Amino acid sequence: MSYDVIVVGTGVAGLAAAVRLAEDGARVLVLAKGIGATHLTGATVDVLGYDPERVEAPGDALGRLVAAQPGHPYARVGAEAVGEALAWLRAQVAASPFAPYAYEGGLERNHLLPTAVGAPKPTAMAPRTMLAGDLRAGGAPICIAGIRRLKDFHPLLCAENIAAATGTEARGVELDLPLTGRADENAQGLARQLEDPVVRGALVQQLANTLRVGERVGLPAVLGLGDPHAVWSDLEHRLGRPVFEIPTLPPSVPGMRLYTILRAALRRAGGRQVIGPEVVGPVAAGARLEGLRVRVGKREEVRRAGHVVLATGGFASGGLQLDSRWRARDAALGLPLAGVPEPGELRFTPRYFEDQPMARAGIAVDDELRPLGADGEPSYENVRVAGASIAGAAPWKEKSGEGISLATGLRAAGLILHATRTAAAPAAGATMEAP
Amino acid sequence: MTTGTPETAGGVLGELMRGSLDHCVKCTICETQCPFSNATPLFPGPKYVGPQAERFRVAGEPSPDASVDYCSSCGICTQVCPQGVHIAEINTQAKAELRKTTGVPLRDHLLARPTVAGRLGTPVAPLANWTLRNRTLRRIGEATLGLHRSAPMPRFAGRTFQTWARGHAKPAAQRRIAFFHGCGINYYEPRLGEMTVALLERNGFAVEVPKQDCCGLPAQSNGLFDSARGYVKRLVANLVPYAREGVDIVSTSTSCCLMLKREAREILALEDDPDLRLVSDGIYDICEYLLALHGRGELNTDFAPVPETVTYHAPCQQRGHGIGKPALDLLALVPELRVIELDAACCGVAGTYGLKKEKYPISMKVGAELFGQIAAAPPGINACDSETCRWQIQHATGVRSVHPVELLHRAAGLP
Repeated sequence: MSYDVIVVGTGVAGLAAAVRLAEDGARVLVLAKGIGATHLTGATVDVLGYDPERVEAPGDALGRLVAAQPGHPYARVGAEAVGEALAWLRAQVAASPFAPYAYEGGLERNHLLPTAVGAPKPTAMAPRTMLAGDLRAGGAPICIAGIRRLKDFHPLLCAENIAAATGTEARGVELDLPLTGRADENAQGLARQLEDPVVRGALVQQLANTLRVGERVGLPAVLGLGDPHAVWSDLEHRLGRPVFEIPTLPPSVPGMRLYTILRAALRRAGGRQVIGPEVVGPVAAGARLEGLRVRVGKREEVRRAGHVVLATGGFASGGLQLDSRWRARDAALGLPLAGVPEPGELRFTPRYFEDQPMARAGIAVDDELRPLGADGEPSYENVRVAGASIAGAAPWKEKSGEGISLATGLRAAGLILHATRTAAAPAAGATMEAP
Repeated sequence: MTTGTPETAGGVLGELMRGSLDHCVKCTICETQCPFSNATPLFPGPKYVGPQAERFRVAGEPSPDASVDYCSSCGICTQVCPQGVHIAEINTQAKAELRKTTGVPLRDHLLARPTVAGRLGTPVAPLANWTLRNRTLRRIGEATLGLHRSAPMPRFAGRTFQTWARGHAKPAAQRRIAFFHGCGINYYEPRLGEMTVALLERNGFAVEVPKQDCCGLPAQSNGLFDSARGYVKRLVANLVPYAREGVDIVSTSTSCCLMLKREAREILALEDDPDLRLVSDGIYDICEYLLALHGRGELNTDFAPVPETVTYHAPCQQRGHGIGKPALDLLALVPELRVIELDAACCGVAGTYGLKKEKYPISMKVGAELFGQIAAAPPGINACDSETCRWQIQHATGVRSVHPVELLHRAAGLP
């Protein structure tokens, strides 16, 4: 089986690239060592939250960032591509089996949504089920309702921090639901149980007894995995007030939904996904990557494709590696990394929230997202890098992770489609002349 | 460096397997995908009983937690782990270690030795099949042995594939290939073996059928590692002459094939067995092999239309090969065959797990999503690469489930 494109990595960047390619008729294989970061993040689409002050209008701030930081991944794709990427994801979610579950937002205004510890986080786009939690000024008082079995969500802490950080009136309550199963349940298990109307009924009854006039209700993001819109809208209806989800510690239920949505789109478009095999090196012929050396169980095999999208993530995902001898590389192709401090230079600063010297390390790319070698020239003409592997950003600080992943993933796909069409055009002419 | 107890992997490989738990970042991705922890609170999940509990397991001391016994060893946790932790391998070893203190019931000794049942049942097939389908006797079997009264049991064919193969005249052919058919074909589905041989012969192979016994997977899954190693070594002794001569080995049993490819090396600590390594390097899942032939332009793709609808389920251990779903690409070569790819995780049977009285209800709950997808699909048949999964699917849905080879055999117009 030969493929037009192999996408390495199955997070947001890799899946977005793969779906876009497959929908355009390319034969796509997604190869990943394991499942990606979707299951670990809140599944909001952060575009630009801080630069370094809190950003209210991400579109405007993006323009400034692109001009000021030519080495930033956003500068490679341009601000316009980010807006298109958000529209693309909104459309994917709207066409998914979870519809009318939807993503809302864009580059005009950041939402300000609470995290599990009640910190207000600016984000450009989020599931509709989270939006009533917006902490921008003037909002209704909030009741954060925890579920006692979910040991990683503390409603009192969350409420106290919301009140302290934003001045919004907020209080926390703990609910004891008639749940089955184990003594402590994670977010995924609760999401399944809340699909049961009886469990939801108990939740509504307990909450109704404690809610005050005018309060909106924040719950951990456990409102269903199979049909989240139904669970959420049923609660809003029965409580008669706005209800919102707050992303939890892993496993992230909204993240699993996003993974399911993109994976379903990939399957619909005829793309393939294989989880488990690990890409361990390139098969190169000069400036072209001919294929990938892949560890499949105990064997090493070669998988060939015309183009490769490298979307393996940053250090936390194992896409980038730094060994104890301070050698930095990308794990799949062995590409060098830019932005790693030289021997003798400061590696870390003592204040955690300052700009860390390592924070922007990654694979340097050109405007076509091709990886650059140590000489500053593209290492491979048919490889594109997408997502957190690209050098130049500090997503955890900027709150820019999903925006970068979506915009670079889709751009990588677009560049490959363009390159394929350009290359195919003369061949088509030749066959027309043949008869 | 500790060498490990005899049941666990020793030496450097053992340390690498067990040591991989240090890569666990507690991300819970394995737990989101585990079909069993999502179906029963009795199994707290692969991370919990694996990388976490393993730190509390000390050689020579009782296991701190018995819940690992509810792991089915399906292997999905290892597949999806982004950090390379060998979760399923650690858990299968821990299960065996636990069973050294809790003991292994007679039932599991029987389930671990499918060839014994095969040899006893084959000559008296009508009686054996009647027994397995007699409700009263099954109730007695459940009460005395702990085999669930409703668990799917295959039907003895009353003849063996080995006997057929001995009488089968091999055509003159350029290329030799060895066929590891496994117990399923030998005692229960000999016709599938004949179809596989015919399909390979159509593609220019002389198919050799070595003498063979169980691969040891059921023994491994039931924690009987010494017995499992014995089975692996006997089987490998029969297969290694082919591997030495460079003759490829193919298998229609995707789980038994994976056992030789990888699991026996990692779980049973046979990594250093040179003969196993040779066999392991030279064995292929039948669909993997046929698709590779097609990739080289060597597969006869002259297929007649098969105007049917087939749902396809890739079993957990097929996915454990890391080769994608080659059956889908092969079936796509058959004109007019409409293939619907199912995306449920697991049928729940996990070899012998779902046959046990205390685990059958869990097994059926795990499989519910798959059974629902099959029921919701347009009427037709099901295709699946693993024999025990096919029996489970037929049992739960009433839909006939066949190996993909059967459909290719039909499309090829072979007798």
